[in-house]
Order: sequence, then structure tokens, then C-alpha cells
Amino acid sequence: MDFADSPEEAAFRARLRAWLAENNPKLPQSSTADEYWDGQAPWHRALYDAGFFGLSWPEEIGGHGLPSVYEAIVDEELAQAGAPPRPSLGYLVQGMMRHGGQDVRRRFLPGLVSGRERWCQGFSEPDAGSDLASLRTRAVPRGDEYVITGHKVWTSYSDEADWCLVLARTDPDVPKHRGLSAFAVRMDQPGIEQRPLKMINGVTREFGEVIFDGAVAKASDMVGSPGEGWRLAMTVVSHEREPGELGYVARYSKAVNELVDRLRSAPGRFTEENVRDVAWAVVEAEMLRLHVCRRLSDRLDGISHGPEGSVDKLLMTRVEQAVGHAALGMSNLTGGIEEDTWLKMYLYSRAQSIMGGTSQIQRNLVATRILGLPVA
Amino acid sequence: MDVRLSAEQQALREAAARLVDDHAPGSVAELDDAARTARLEAALTGSGWRELRAPEDEGRPLASAVETAIVAEELGRGPADASFLGPTLATELRRRAGAEPATALETVLLRPDLSGLVVVEDEQTRCSGVAIDARGVASALALVRTGHGYDLVGVPVAGASPGRDLTRPAAMVEGAAPERLPGAGRRLLTAEDIEAWSAFTLALTCADLVGTMRGAVDLAREYASVRRQYGKAIGSFQSVQHMLADAFVSIEGSSSVTRHAAWAADTLPPGEALAAAAVAKAYCARAAREVCETAIQVHGGIGMTWECLAHIHLRRALLSTQVLGDVGANLARVVAHRKIGGVHDGLR
Ligand SMILES: Cc1cc2nc3c(=O)[nH]c(=O)nc-3n(C[C@H](O)[C@H](O)[C@H](O)COP(=O)(O)OP(=O)(O)OC[C@H]3O[C@@H](n4cnc5c(N)ncnc54)[C@H](O)[C@@H]3O)c2cc1C
Repeated sequence: MDFADSPEEAAFRARLRAWLAENNPKLPQSSTADEYWDGQAPWHRALYDAGFFGLSWPEEIGGHGLPSVYEAIVDEELAQAGAPPRPSLGYLVQGMMRHGGQDVRRRFLPGLVSGRERWCQGFSEPDAGSDLASLRTRAVPRGDEYVITGHKVWTSYSDEADWCLVLARTDPDVPKHRGLSAFAVRMDQPGIEQRPLKMINGVTREFGEVIFDGAVAKASDMVGSPGEGWRLAMTVVSHEREPGELGYVARYSKAVNELVDRLRSAPGRFTEENVRDVAWAVVEAEMLRLHVCRRLSDRLDGISHGPEGSVDKLLMTRVEQAVGHAALGMSNLTGGIEEDTWLKMYLYSRAQSIMGGTSQIQRNLVATRILGLPVA
Repeated sequence: MDVRLSAEQQALREAAARLVDDHAPGSVAELDDAARTARLEAALTGSGWRELRAPEDEGRPLASAVETAIVAEELGRGPADASFLGPTLATELRRRAGAEPATALETVLLRPDLSGLVVVEDEQTRCSGVAIDARGVASALALVRTGHGYDLVGVPVAGASPGRDLTRPAAMVEGAAPERLPGAGRRLLTAEDIEAWSAFTLALTCADLVGTMRGAVDLAREYASVRRQYGKAIGSFQSVQHMLADAFVSIEGSSSVTRHAAWAADTLPPGEALAAAAVAKAYCARAAREVCETAIQVHGGIGMTWECLAHIHLRRALLSTQVLGDVGANLARVVAHRKIGGVHDGLR
């Protein structure tokens, strides 16, 4: 049991630290500024090209085949340097790796990992959020392709994306969980319309609506077999609940460092309550860092993940919302929302208990799958 | 980095869990079962776990703080009504001072609010304080300040009685004359030694809290599966499920910070170890009260009766919380460590 670096890990950390000293693009937080997205793609590619992305993924998809704990080192160093977090796409990688056939994995994963091709996730619909399996988007076969019709919403970063991993109904005649399939769908085609949505904090590039009206996907771009969509979606969302997969430790630690700097820069300006809120944000963010060390270490046994992803999602939500509350205390009441980064950070934090499955859904899962309480 | 427990540490956990499952009280009435407490005491003595922090070669402890925390957690889960925290803390003080081992069971003397060790200015000053975890204990260690550091002194302890925590009675010490420990070759403790000891102490109280939370949630989960209302197990109601899920989540977060604090106690410089311990204690103590309160709530009216074990867990949590500082005191340590203090509220 050792939290300290091995000699190899220490050497890696030093190399990364030196690289970051020269290569930090100093982007604003994605949660507070649309400008983040102008720099995110080059950042992803730079991190990848320098050999600091996809550390624990297999080499054949562009990863490094290193033990999962290296991801924890990356997060710590990114936060320390005040650099942007690593791109959060591990859940898509895991879903395609586990369910995609050889051909799909070879064609799509290297581009996804290297940042040369950008992806979004089209699962949720206006009438299918928590109850995802009731989704209505249809994919109908026509020759060697499928024609896709339907309405996706809250699709994150869809305007950046070259591809969308779409969950659609291919068989309306079987029980709802069994009739779904997943497709890689090109975003630059005539049958797709994008409508950006403005979030409560004013950012417009976090998510949008995507309308599919006769868009096509090649049959060979189905990810997994027909009817495997639900299982793929569950793989994706369960990894989307893992802070170690998302790289969120870096996000929160960076935000906490900014809160600490803010307090130190204007001592006397803030109340005891403000200080206490920041202290809790420090405690919560540190908890998550250590918790992720524990989870990533468990993976050294080859244990991947199970229902405890829901536990981690709930922990992560507490962290993000504690950071949000501390940020609210830093916000300047007289400024407009355009300039008030702290208020934006706070408002964004309310999303964490909704996206990736709401906190209520996670609690249902913890109660029934982990605690073994009877299903209602 | 590899923060998994080793095979030996897993085995230790299993052994401690077995001891607790065999001998800890299964009901409030069993707290008064003298034959059972004697069996628990004999088993714990036989295990040698109170000596985990005794010196081995070159004064290093026999076992790491991580192992000690593993035992503390299982005893907390029990809840085991035998002394462990107090004697372990005393042994740790003796080890740091290079003192000879105690000849009888010994604990530590804390200030009345339990926020730290009692320190007297000279050997003529009489000592008052609380000897925590004093079941079967004959004496308690305090500190006397000297020109070059702190020396250990002992005070006699008698008449431990259950207070807030029914599993770990404490003894009040009023105006006792401190006695220098016998034997030579002892060294004076530095402020850094006290810091390191404090970090170790906080880590152990966190482990006890994690165990207490596990015991409380196990109890509530069991009850939720058997108690029926409206023709269904209450554990099938979503609001009961969500309370227990949140409690479980708190335990997981607490476990992660505690594991780190225990590792840090033997590994990091004292100031850093104390900072890690303060993060852990603030987190665990806040969680523990809420989790134990949830255990009472899930039991409904039964949870308010003396015979329900839920309050035994809550009371144990309240005592562990107080030892070396509660939530607020440890949050203040975090504020000091991150240098974000020095505020005024604009009104004063
Ligand atoms: C910032 C953000 C980004 C997102 N990104 C994506 C994305 O990239 N791709 C994508 O596909 N989706 C995305 N989503 C959508 C997200 O997954 C859904 O919003 C979420 O699953 C909840 O669904 P809903 O909004 O329809 O809420 P509903 O399901 O309508 O829930 C409303 C309320 O009812 C509660 N509720 C519902 N069912 C239950 C139940 N069984 N038990 C108890 N309470 C219940 C919920 O907890 C919630 O409080 C994103 C959402 C946000 C906010």
C-alpha cells in the first residue's frame, strides 16, 4: 500500500511536468467560457502527440498500455500546472472497445484517441432521459446502409464533432431494451440539423439538439451487433460515471487552486463563511483525488468496474457542487454574468447531478445493486 | 503508486473482523455481559494488536499505521467494547520517546475537550484531564514541558465510567501528581514528534469512524430488509433507499481519505502528515454523524429506544470525532495549511 511514485512513475511525472511548463495553453474552464472550445482540439492533439494521453489504453488504438495509475499522475500534474484537464472521452473509448468489432475498433478508435476525429454521444431524447431505453429515434435498413430519423438533445459538443455515436431503435417489435443498436454517424451530411442550446450560465457550446431527418449510416458503421445498443449504452454511461475515466480530478483541483489564490489575493474581502466553503472544496477535491488513486489501483488487479461507478458519480457530484458553492462566494454581485466566471462555475455545477444519469438514478443503483435492497 | 491493501493487510483485516464478529456485543443488553467482555478482552490481548506500535529494531514500529488503522476500523465496526485506541496511542508516545514498554495497560490523558494531550509546565503541577478509552487501564500518559522538549509523565487512572460512548468508558483525572517514567535512555519529544503523533491519532480516529459508519449502515440495512410496512419491506421505499445509498457513498469517500491519512502518518513529514489527517478527519467526522443519524432514522421509533444498537454507534462516533479536534477544528487546520485564513467578516 503506497501512495508514493515508483521510480518509473517519478521519471514520468518529471517528464510531464517539464513538458507542461512549456506547453500549457492556459485555456479558460470549459464550464465557463465558449472560447475553451477554440483551443480544446489543439490541446488534445498536443497532449496526445507528446505521449501524455491515453496512457492506460492499448497501444493498437494509440494508447500506451501503462498501468491505470498513470492517469492519476497526469491529473495531478495538469492541476498543478493550471493546465486544462485531459479530454473526457474515455467512456466512448471503453464502449467502442468493448462492443465494437475488430473493423470498427480499427477504423474509429485511433482517430478518437489522437484527437484527429471528434465525437459526441447521441443517446438522450426529449422523451427519453432517465428512461433512456424508451428512446424513439429509428434506424431503418436500406441496402447497405441505415436511414436515421429522430431527435437527440443535450448532445454535448455536437457542434465540434465529426462523428456522433447514435443510439437508435432498429427493432420496434421486441421489448424496449432489446431493440436498440448503436451507430457511428458522420455529422457533416444533409440529413442532420444542429440547434445549439444556451445553458443557464450563458455558455452555448456545452450542448445542443441534433435533429436526424434521413441521415444515413453505413451498415458497417454499426458499433456492436444489432440489438446490442442497450448494453453498449450501459458500458458507456457506467464509465461516464467514473472520475478516473473523465480526468475530473484535474478539473476540480485546478478550480480549487484558483479559489485558494482568489482568497489569498484579497484577504479581508471575504467572510468566514466564504473561507469555510473554500476549505470544504479543498477537502472534497482532495477526497476525490485519493478516491481515484484507490479505484485506479484496484484496476491493477484487472477489476474493471461495476455498480461502484454510481458511488463515484455521487462522490464526484458532491465535489463539483462544493466547489460550485465556494465559487459562488467569490462572485461579484455587481458584475454582469458575461464577466462573472465564479457565478458561471457555480451555475454549471448544478449539471453534475443531472448528466450521465441523475443523482436519484445513481442512488437507485447503489441501493439495489450494491446494498441489495429490494427493487421498489 | 499502488494503494491496494497487501495480502498480509487483507489477512489482518479478516482476522480482526473474525475477532469482532465472535465477541462484539450483538445487542445493547450484551454490553453488560461480563463473561462476553472478558472473552473479547482475552482475545484482543491474545492477538497482540495493542502492541502494533511497539518498537522493533531501531525504534521503528512493529506494524505500520495502515495496519493499525485496519484493526481500529474493524473494532469500530464491532463495536468492540475493549480498549485499543488509548493503549495504542500511549504505546506510540513511548516508542517515539524511546521509553520502555508499559508494564500494565495504559492510555493517554487528554484535555477536557479531548482536543490534545495534557501538557504541564513542571513536575510539581498537578494534572487534570480525561483518560480516554480507559477500560482496564491503570495509568495515563501526559507531557511535561522542559527547556528542550517534552518528557513523558504518568498519572494513575481509576474508575472508568461510560459517558458519551458506552463502548469506551473514560476516566476523569483531577489534580493527580505526575510521575516521571522509570528507566533511563529516554529522549525528549519535540514539537514535530507531537505533530506526528497527532497525525497518527487523527488517522486512527478516522479509521474508527469508518468502522462505526459501516456498523451503523449494516445494522440499518438489515433492519430495512426485515421491517415491513404497507405490506412491503421498508428497504423497497425509494426514500429509505436513497438515505442508505448516500450513507454508503459517504463511507466510501471516508475510506479513501483515511487510507491516505494512515499511509501519510508513517511516510510524510509531520506537517504534511497532519494536513492529510486534518482533511481526513474533517471529512470522516462530518460524514459519521450524518450516517449514524440515518441509521436511527431508518429504524423509526425503534431507533429511539435504548435497546437499539444504532445509538451505540452514534455515541461512539461522537467520541471519536472529539479526539484531537472535531469537524471545525480540523477544517481550521486545513485553512491554516492552505493559508486561506486571516479573514474578517466586514462587520466587526
Ligand atoms: C450538461 C449536460 C450534458 C449532457 N450531455 C449529454 C450527452 O452528451 N449525450 C446524451 O445523450 N445526453 C446528455 N445529457 C442528458 C442527460 O443524460 C439527461 O439529462 C439525464 O439522463 C436526465 O434525463 P432528463 O433530463 O430527461 O430528466 P428526467 O429523466 O426527466 O428526470 C427529471 C427528474 O426526475 C427524476 N427521476 C426520473 N426518473 C426517476 C426515478 N426512476 N427515480 C427517481 N427519480 C427519478 C430525476 O432524478 C430528475 O430529478 C446531458 C445533460 C446535461 C445536463
